[in-house]
Amino acid sequence: MIEAKDVVYEYFRRDEEGNVTEINRALDGVTLDIKKGEFIAILGANGSGKSTFAKHLNALLTPSEGTLIIDGKNTNDLEALWKIRQTTGMVFQNPDNQIIANVVEEDVGFGPENIGVPTEEIWERVNASLDAVGMSKFRKHSPNALSGGQKQRVAIAGVMAMKTKCIVLDESTAMLDPSGRKEVMETVMRLNKEEGITVILITHHMDEVVNADRVYVMYQGQVQMEGTPRALFSQVEQLKEYRLDVPQVTKLAYELRKEGMDLPESILTVDELVQALLDYKACR
Amino acid sequence: MIRDITIGQYYAKESPIHRLDPRTKFIATFVYMISMFCFQRFLGFIPCTLFLVLVIVISKIPFSHIIKGLKPIAMILIFTMCIQVFFSTGTPIVKWGIFTITAEGIKRAIFMGMRLCLLVFGASMMTFTTTPNQLTDGIETLFRPLNKLHIPVHEIAMMMSIALRFIPILIEEMNKIMKAQMARGADFETGNFIKRAKSLVPILVPLFVSAFRRANELAMAMEARCYHGGDGRTKMKPLKYKKRDGIAFAVLFFYLVILIGTVKWVPMIGMI
Repeated sequence: MIEAKDVVYEYFRRDEEGNVTEINRALDGVTLDIKKGEFIAILGANGSGKSTFAKHLNALLTPSEGTLIIDGKNTNDLEALWKIRQTTGMVFQNPDNQIIANVVEEDVGFGPENIGVPTEEIWERVNASLDAVGMSKFRKHSPNALSGGQKQRVAIAGVMAMKTKCIVLDESTAMLDPSGRKEVMETVMRLNKEEGITVILITHHMDEVVNADRVYVMYQGQVQMEGTPRALFSQVEQLKEYRLDVPQVTKLAYELRKEGMDLPESILTVDELVQALLDYKACR
Repeated sequence: MIRDITIGQYYAKESPIHRLDPRTKFIATFVYMISMFCFQRFLGFIPCTLFLVLVIVISKIPFSHIIKGLKPIAMILIFTMCIQVFFSTGTPIVKWGIFTITAEGIKRAIFMGMRLCLLVFGASMMTFTTTPNQLTDGIETLFRPLNKLHIPVHEIAMMMSIALRFIPILIEEMNKIMKAQMARGADFETGNFIKRAKSLVPILVPLFVSAFRRANELAMAMEARCYHGGDGRTKMKPLKYKKRDGIAFAVLFFYLVILIGTVKWVPMIGMI
């Protein structure tokens, strides 16, 4: 589905005459391979290049060096640009700055309108995608009257209506309160399970990546670690080096283990920790 | 302050006027406004007002709400009327210094005042009964022929509808910035006009900066959703003329006939 090979992206800073004064390597040889239907999380601290990479997935940015193939199409190929944007949809961070229309249903219809879908089919797609994110009740509302989580669900519906195979969430939960974050995460997970949509979640919230199939950790424009959430979070020390924090429960388990308690290495949820502690007690 | 302005805002109601095609309403408003300039006699106001009252009654919008629309233009109204009263030539009634009030002046002031009020009411009837989106859609379709003159009609309509969407967001943001400044001791309430205007600068600068940032992000979000201008774009809600639009045009034509008839053929009675 997505194959990145040594992707490099450089920002140029220019002075008034247009001479390059500084080159900033936002991506420095990213190589990864994402299969259809996977739930992938990309973790990274601020400035790690994860958002820059996200914009590559939609061909909003194109690699300075290396190749990025999305569903068989090279993002450097201008001809394929609109096809690529129909393959991967983006949901951005600020919910207000990505809703275009004044009515929810019209916003969901914006994407299909752009790609020239006939009117009746637009309506079918809008109905289906509003159902899929559970926002049908609000279809006639103004986006300004919705909560942050609801706005992001509308944005996801807007992406779904374009029949994308892959959704990229570029820190889409960063501006939401905990309940809004839960709302969005549940929607995304359902779409991944039921509709088989590939999800790429870009975040610095550890709690969200627990359910991912695979996690990539980025630091200074490079992919530093890769693996299942369980495998990654057992390496607390290394994650700290990349300025990341493990989920609180994992951290607690890690600290307890450091103090000499014999707990399993890969604890991700509260329930698991409780079970482990009960087992530990039973053993003694 | 900004919330008080009712002119130009949609008033949700179920009525035949609300259901009319935006193009019909746009053309009708335009014709109505032009008709206002077709007569110089007070008599002409009778069909004008009757027509407007008919539209208002059908639209089910309360009269009080429509009258409120005069608020923001009250100053212009008073100014226009004053100019007419003081600077018209004719038989003087009162002389006071350099000012002379003439009978003709008063007559013309009332005439202009009525015309201005009806113009505002007529225009606001369109915005009260048409959502901003429908309006931009209507304008886009009506002006599509201008594309041949290389005027980017679709893009202008898109800009209008985005501007409308962001008005409440920017107002909210302005309030936030104001509160933040007030929390740090800024004073927007006291002082003369110039002082108060100056105190707005620290609000406007961050507001503009954030508006540009929003515009940048919005442009990216639109591009990510395959927006590439008006070419090859389909419509989710295409505009279609219906039977009721035909009726509306017929009524409008009828109104024009009556207006011209009364103004042309009814003999002058005194000043009317």
